[in-house]
Amino acid sequence: MAKRQVMFTFPQELVREPIIYNLSHQFKVVTNIRRADVSENRGWVVLELEGEEKEIEQGIAWVTSKGVRVDPVIGDIVEG
Amino acid sequence: MSYARGLRCRKCGQEYPVQPLNLCDFCLSPLEVSYDYKAMARALNREKLARGPLSMWRYRDMLPVEGKEVDIGTGFTPLLKADNLGRELGLDQLYIKNDCLNPTYSFKDRPVSVAATKAREFGFDTLACASTGNLAASVAAHAAKANMKAYVFVPAGVEPGKLVGIAIYKPVLMTVNGSYDDVNRLCTELVQRYDWGFININLRPYYAEGSKTLGYEVAEQLGWRAPDCVVAPAASGLLFTRIWKGLDELSMLGLIEPANTHMYLTQAAGSSPIVNAFHAGTLHVHPVEPNTIAQSVAIGNPADGYYALRVARQSGGGACAVTDEELIAGMKLLAQTEGIFAEAAGGVVVGALRKLAASGVIKRNELTVAFVTGAGPKTQEIVSDIVRPLTVQPSLESFEEVLGARA
Repeated sequence: MAKRQVMFTFPQELVREPIIYNLSHQFKVVTNIRRADVSENRGWVVLELEGEEKEIEQGIAWVTSKGVRVDPVIGDIVEG
Repeated sequence: MSYARGLRCRKCGQEYPVQPLNLCDFCLSPLEVSYDYKAMARALNREKLARGPLSMWRYRDMLPVEGKEVDIGTGFTPLLKADNLGRELGLDQLYIKNDCLNPTYSFKDRPVSVAATKAREFGFDTLACASTGNLAASVAAHAAKANMKAYVFVPAGVEPGKLVGIAIYKPVLMTVNGSYDDVNRLCTELVQRYDWGFININLRPYYAEGSKTLGYEVAEQLGWRAPDCVVAPAASGLLFTRIWKGLDELSMLGLIEPANTHMYLTQAAGSSPIVNAFHAGTLHVHPVEPNTIAQSVAIGNPADGYYALRVARQSGGGACAVTDEELIAGMKLLAQTEGIFAEAAGGVVVGALRKLAASGVIKRNELTVAFVTGAGPKTQEIVSDIVRPLTVQPSLESFEEVLGARA
């Protein structure tokens, strides 16, 4: 089993969609929300995904295809 | 012995021992180093600091390291009074902190020097990072100095000149087909599988501390005082927050008067999520797809955006974006007034400085420090149109003929 910490950023048109619910039903991925901020016109959710590597990959690809931006939660750096 | 006491979550305050870890287990927020400032204040004074080596390591007691430092000669770069540029912009007390003059030609040597030192303490034999170029060069150089292995990952689109500046130190250099954000995603997977010191992942809290030395140095070089205004570039926002932290710590330790510095953050308009959030009046930084020639500051999803915004707001500062044309004009202006050839991020700073001064946001008599964080030759392609030599035959006649034709 693998774990992946990610941030989903939702555009306005997807804020009302049950994306995370569908993710855990369509793929064998446990979703564990740690932080979130959702308003009527945008939102982000920081969560941990747990499951087989392949399931996580496919799940993320599906979420991305729906129009949600998926970023790793590590903090990048690189001003250069 | 350092005064670091552990790691603390920047969001929920959960504490952890000093270890290679960057995220809070509970809320997945970034961790930062916490210090025993009382003990630090008792041990430090201006005279003691001033006796230290002429490098960033004169501030060793304020950094979270125990072992011998991995030092390639970084820091204590010049702070120059920029009278010519100041005259051009209408600023009487303008200074340039020229951090191009570090061993790998960017400010990255500061944080990497701290991170590499910690990596060796933690027993890693390999350093790794995701980078748009500057960080990779610095990581490879420090690995060479520390006799460590290095794996560096950069987007395939990185400027060719930067690849040479990385490869010369002989790391394992991987170009990844994708954007910087894709490179970063790959590295988050690798960190779970390989026992490496990832500069921008598991070593990040220590890495972050190195940039504080920019704030320390500027204050010391100004005769132990904080500037009235700081103008600095932001990609992830980390550097910006750490310049502020450096000034704030000095005042907390009683080494300078309370810092009332207005912090101005600058980004390229094609990748300005933090500036957008500032002007929208929100603390949520909405990610963007970067589209600018300023590769080194082209991060669409800035990890420290929230914290950078807070610093800009709380310090009574601001945020300013400049177009690619404005940043190129800024690069040329800096070179042609002060003799400093900065990379695109420096052009962003000068472009923003021009706007902030022209609109009266930064006032003529305010002591202002502009941070130039990387050297121009790394990305000279973007200003190559400036090369228009006069061609002459090797004779006096030809010379005067061409010169006459020009006049």
